[in-house]
Amino acid sequence: MEMFRSTRDGGASVWLSAGEATLLRTLVVPVMELLGDDSRGPAGVLDDLESLFAEDQPHTPQDPVLARLLPDAYQDDPAAAGEFRKYTESSLRESKKYFAQTLLDTLPAKGGRVKLTGDQARDWLRTLNDVRLMFGVRLEVTEDFEEQLAALDPQDPKVAAFEVYGWLGAVQESLVQALAR
Amino acid sequence: MSVAPAEVDLPRSADETVPDKPWVTIVWNDPVNLMSYVTYVFEHVFGYPRPKAEKLMLDVHHKGKAVVAVGTREAMEHNVEVLHGYGLWATVRQDK
Repeated sequence: MEMFRSTRDGGASVWLSAGEATLLRTLVVPVMELLGDDSRGPAGVLDDLESLFAEDQPHTPQDPVLARLLPDAYQDDPAAAGEFRKYTESSLRESKKYFAQTLLDTLPAKGGRVKLTGDQARDWLRTLNDVRLMFGVRLEVTEDFEEQLAALDPQDPKVAAFEVYGWLGAVQESLVQALAR
Repeated sequence: MSVAPAEVDLPRSADETVPDKPWVTIVWNDPVNLMSYVTYVFEHVFGYPRPKAEKLMLDVHHKGKAVVAVGTREAMEHNVEVLHGYGLWATVRQDK
């Protein structure tokens, strides 16, 4: 893949093949789905109100990926963590879905040149990171992920997932370098 | 957010009146987040110069966690919300 380059207006630019564009879309959609359905009507607002006045504190999500995407803000203080979650979790979910939508909206369906403003590039960064977190949790990735990959049987279906995870890391790294300039 | 009036927040924060115990934002080490990305987030979110951002990132990496900001409870909770948006593993605590 071509790597991201910085643009004069503080953004970043890259050329993606059709396959890379399709892969990115395929990886981002499950993260959005995990974060929840965006199309809640008035009933959703009522649910929010109800949960706001409910006695029960919301808990850390059961799904380990969600628990990593929406972590507790207080360690060893479930009451404070629940209180914080009560007021912030739904807006954090919405923000993350918004960042992911930016990526989908700026991704050329059949591949080609992607030109991002600084803000769009930061939405891409956060979304690429969320996708990598999803892979990291599911694959139980450690800091020595290349050794983990090397230790796998070539026939192991996890090999492809590790390779995608490595590719995402390279894409994100090049975007950070383009922005940090 | 619009359904949560600010007054609802007030009763829980009796501790905030203790002036000599500031609150801190802590970032924890994570095997997924890239070192360059964490540095960039510290620069962009807190406006820290590159050397300070890099030092904090290395503290997180080598020591398992680092205090990245100090201030009011409200400001630290805001930091944590922003850092969670970036996928960093961040928590709030009153300084010991």
